[in-house]
Amino acid sequence: MQRFKLNNLKRIPLFAFFCCTLLTPAIASAMDPADKGKSIAIERKNRDQGWGDSIAEMSMILHNAQGQQSKRLMQLKTLEVKDDGDKGLTIFDQPRDVKGTAFLNFSHAMRPDEQWLYLPALKRVKRISSRNKSGPFMGSEFAYEDLSSFEIEKYTYQYLKDEVVNGQACFVVEQKPTDKYSGYTRLVAWVDQKEYRPQKIEYYDRKGALLKTLTFQKYQQYLDQYWRADLLLMQNHITKKRTELITHSLKFKTGLSEKDFNKATLKRAR
Amino acid sequence: MARFLTLIYFVLTPICVSAIEVTGLMSFEERYFYQNPTFPEQPSHQPSIVLEPEFYFSWQDETHSLTFKPFYRLDFQDDNRSHGDIRELMWLNVQGDLEWRVGISKVFWGTTESQHLVDVINQTDIVEGIDGEDKLGQPMLHTTYTSDHGMFEMYLMPYFRKRTFVGREGRLRFPILIDEQLTKYESAAEQHHLDFAFRWSHSIEDWEVGISFFDGTQREPFFMPAGTPTAPKLRPFYPQMRQYGLELQYIYEAWLWKLEGIHRRNLRETFTATTIGFEYTHIGIMDSIYDLGWIAEHQWDERGKSASSVGQNDLFLGLRLSLNDADSSEVLFGMSQDLNFSDSRSAKLEATTRLTEHMKLEIEAWIFQAKTQDDLLYFARNDDFLQLNLHYYF
Repeated sequence: MQRFKLNNLKRIPLFAFFCCTLLTPAIASAMDPADKGKSIAIERKNRDQGWGDSIAEMSMILHNAQGQQSKRLMQLKTLEVKDDGDKGLTIFDQPRDVKGTAFLNFSHAMRPDEQWLYLPALKRVKRISSRNKSGPFMGSEFAYEDLSSFEIEKYTYQYLKDEVVNGQACFVVEQKPTDKYSGYTRLVAWVDQKEYRPQKIEYYDRKGALLKTLTFQKYQQYLDQYWRADLLLMQNHITKKRTELITHSLKFKTGLSEKDFNKATLKRAR
Repeated sequence: MARFLTLIYFVLTPICVSAIEVTGLMSFEERYFYQNPTFPEQPSHQPSIVLEPEFYFSWQDETHSLTFKPFYRLDFQDDNRSHGDIRELMWLNVQGDLEWRVGISKVFWGTTESQHLVDVINQTDIVEGIDGEDKLGQPMLHTTYTSDHGMFEMYLMPYFRKRTFVGREGRLRFPILIDEQLTKYESAAEQHHLDFAFRWSHSIEDWEVGISFFDGTQREPFFMPAGTPTAPKLRPFYPQMRQYGLELQYIYEAWLWKLEGIHRRNLRETFTATTIGFEYTHIGIMDSIYDLGWIAEHQWDERGKSASSVGQNDLFLGLRLSLNDADSSEVLFGMSQDLNFSDSRSAKLEATTRLTEHMKLEIEAWIFQAKTQDDLLYFARNDDFLQLNLHYYF
């Protein structure tokens, strides 16, 4: 039922909302901050559909408050799944002691993600609980939930204002997680008005205090449509630690299919 | 030289080697036994070195690959613990949903943490670690077929690996020495008996299910008295066995409920054994980034006190603290309490942290308590130890 409603909403072009707002004050009241917030999210999601699959080589650089660094290297295979969350296979290459460790994730919009971990030393595939979404990913400032695919149903929305960030005119939208296991009470996202790309996200912890700020840099366009930031910077305001997530190479439409995302491929991933 | 390289190029190009990787592990280990040994020839310090490189080649767009992983431990005290093995020498071919593996390899079956009842493909390399997690490479032909109805695996194993045993000058040994030279088998084919195994496993929403069957040489030997009254010895005897195994895991929020059960028949006995328990992870304890995992498992064996395993009626409790820091620091505490022998228990503390991108430090402590002679753990009563491992990954 929810999905049916969503699909209907998706078909309404955004300009229709603007027309309504400008032309008829009666309908403009229907365009309250919650509707506007959601319509921005829907447009953001719509503009990022149809990319199919991707393979990325990424590194993460962890900086602590004392300036020490620690590096992780990984490969990410992703498959876009229609009307549900994406499928992902992450293979770790560095640090050396976790080389060959692989993580399979079937993310879902409305129910908990399904996750498996492969431990190469034991040759063991372990189904793990996806309740750890608020926990740090590989000791970094990114939580698992910060890295999962953006799905409309994961939040409720509230449009706050317009503001210029990184030289771009942005919508400022507040997002409240619908999952009670999220580590956040709310997120505030700056989405640029031209391409609907997130430019900045603030994360507020369970006590409502500002915990982290994520900034998106070095946006590049792929397949003449899809924008990806080559550099993501997550700053933790409490611990003063920060993590850079760098994309070294990214390829789309590589021919991956459902068959590349199962326990057999997880076991032989490298 | 140039001509030689050209030759290599032309030889390799047709098979299109797309990746060659050399990685591996070198470890320095020191065990310190702080109690007086049961036997005077046993040492207090037991240093050793491990080398385990891994060579990996793949070709034809990674549909073919070859993995070679030799292993050697040099132990400066126990000759039996100085040993080499081919952990892997395996050719893998992938044809869509079908995988073929030929050669020496390792396989894991199971869901529980405290013991692995259904996991019977590889022989345990018991001299490596008392927890039985280390395995010897097993020669096999292994086929895997992945479908919407789960994963189907078939194994043919043409050669049997004997279990390793601690020698006279090693700690953690039985009072009577086991003489590998005297090994006997039920099968006339001895080590060349062709073993067969099958497994079906599937993920159905919040459930993980596995059903397995094994027919062949039992990995766990019986021990028969041998030698002379003045110089007694034990003879390992490997019977044939048939085993049916069941694995279940159910996820409910942060809870993992687990079950492993086996039904085994060999020439001496027919019995059922189970491990049932849960793992609960508390994410972010006390508003920190630390995770605390709780593990509780009950081990049961129908044979009771005459069981060949320690876990005939035992309760295992474990705690895992993950600091989630850049060095992946983790502390694991586990304790087994025997519910039949109230004075019998063992405990383990394990702490790991990363020192550099290539180096990891591991500290282990084991405590064994057993006062009753017919308790299987009695042999280790004076062998509490501390172990320090420095792993270098390349």
